[in-house]
Amino acid sequence: MSAGIRLEGVGKEFPSRGGAAPFAALAGVDLDVAAGEFVALVGPSGCGKSTLLDLVGGFTRPTSGSITVGGRPITGPGLDRGLVFQQYALLPWRTALANVELGLEATRLPRRQRRAVAREYLELVGLTGAEDRYPHQLSGGMRQRVAIARSLAFDPEVLLMDEPFAALDAQTRETLQGELLRIWDRTGKTVVFITHGIDEAVLLGQRVAVMTARPGRITAVLDVPLPMHRRQGDVRSDPEFARLRHQVWELLQEEAPPVAADAPAERPAEPLREVVGVG
Amino acid sequence: MASPGLLERPPLPSVAAVGVRPTPRRARAAGRALRRLLLRSTAIALFLLLWQIAPSLGWVDRALIPPLGEVLTAWRELAGNGQLWSNTSASLQRALTGFVLAVGLAVPIGLLVAWYRPVRDFLEPLLEVFRNTAALALLPVFTVLLGIGETSKIAIVVYACFFPVLLNTVSGVGSVDHLLVKSARSLGFGELRVFQKVVLPAAVPSIFTGIRMAGASSILVLIAAEMVGARAGLGYLVTYAQMNFLIPEMYAGILTISAIGLLFNAVLVSLERRASRWRADLSH
Ligand SMILES: Nc1ncnc2c1ncn2[C@@H]1O[C@H](COP(=O)(O)OP(=O)(O)OP(=O)(O)O)[C@@H](O)[C@H]1O
Ligand SMILES: [Mg+2]
Repeated sequence: MSAGIRLEGVGKEFPSRGGAAPFAALAGVDLDVAAGEFVALVGPSGCGKSTLLDLVGGFTRPTSGSITVGGRPITGPGLDRGLVFQQYALLPWRTALANVELGLEATRLPRRQRRAVAREYLELVGLTGAEDRYPHQLSGGMRQRVAIARSLAFDPEVLLMDEPFAALDAQTRETLQGELLRIWDRTGKTVVFITHGIDEAVLLGQRVAVMTARPGRITAVLDVPLPMHRRQGDVRSDPEFARLRHQVWELLQEEAPPVAADAPAERPAEPLREVVGVG
Repeated sequence: MASPGLLERPPLPSVAAVGVRPTPRRARAAGRALRRLLLRSTAIALFLLLWQIAPSLGWVDRALIPPLGEVLTAWRELAGNGQLWSNTSASLQRALTGFVLAVGLAVPIGLLVAWYRPVRDFLEPLLEVFRNTAALALLPVFTVLLGIGETSKIAIVVYACFFPVLLNTVSGVGSVDHLLVKSARSLGFGELRVFQKVVLPAAVPSIFTGIRMAGASSILVLIAAEMVGARAGLGYLVTYAQMNFLIPEMYAGILTISAIGLLFNAVLVSLERRASRWRADLSH
């Protein structure tokens, strides 16, 4: 099962220290993700991608606007949404299998069945045989596979991924990108995939939403008319891919903010080329 | 303490990690361990040897420091006439009662304090003050309030054990990876189950560190309390022997105290290691 996500005029402000005006991390964000669609969200560091995902995840509430999943407004975290983080967030004292089972422990599934379902999902992510290993005995790629299995096991309607492959080496990342597409194809989930890599966004998304900072906004949404089979293999040499890639790059350039004097202290604005140039 | 059902099962040693080592390598490892053991016991052996020969050769006054052999003879006598056991069991009973009471109180209180942030911010400074007030400095207070009977001795052990466990429980809960909590919430768990499934197991290693520290202070504080005022116990035995010039008996009592301390510590260290195995694994 999958459901669509709708964001309407979503804004998020954080109180700032010292009585200054609140800091607007997001302003006027509109986005419609159809059920079963794969949308990649690309933008420079600090533009509010994680903030947006926190809102959809139900961890924080928007200052303005509304967010619905499958037509229902969000009231908090819930099993209709599965999250995958860059840092895997696996429990180090649980085996791979037990970590996947964790995702089922808030459901009504009896224990015996939980185990069976967890095995099934570990198989889906290609980890059969690693069930009894602890996270520290797994490579980064394998850990992220466990995390993905955990977030899929309870059969959420949408999968929200925050730079899930950013901590992996290039080769592992490429493998997991392919795997993710295969899994998406098989499960038909709605996926929102956050990245700061242009290549990754174009490679994975059916559409690419481009975000810019200060305040965080979605400035363009591009269709990526690359069929599944063209995405597998050496898609980077595909002229269509190169064209789209350049288009996103230009969008990010255009919207690059002027050198801001009021940049928040914690996250200085970085030159865009470095942040999003290489995927 | 939490019931076993509440706690996550600690991980078992993983076969995958250890692997099946070829025999020569294992033999070499055993050899290395043996050599290490030898090296580590040499210092103790030399010390005991010195204890034996220094008084015998007149390097030190044997009336003040009798040779080890004499001490051991006295020890055997004390063991034979039942005095050693009656004093040891008196001490053990007090130490264990106080220790168990303290752990049973400090862990749940620590969990509560740590989980409710405002409570924690409110109480933490006061707890720091208490912890840094040496238990022995409060001995007179306990005596005044509770007399010199069992109650005051157990109370001071409880006091000495309570704070290390409490503060380690609080800091264990406080240092739980925020992302783990967040991801557990995303899996549909409410506050209580997040606590049970993530926070508590993550805090277990730190709690056990506190328990080990408490074990060490329980014996230390108790012996001191028994030396000041008691009619039984190893601390009493040592003081009694000293006041009656039963010098070998005095050393026999001291030796017993170190042996018990060592044993207790060894048990607690192994428990602690077991509880924090997954954490140790993270570092390599
Ligand atoms: N809890 C908070 N309080 C105050 N400011 C915040 C908070 N969370 C995020 N911000 C600010 O909001 C902005 C967006 O942050 P966010 O983490 O969403 O960026 P991001 O696009 O995910 O960046 P990255 O690619 O580096 O992960 C940043 O300027 C950040 O400093
Ligand atoms: Mg982020």
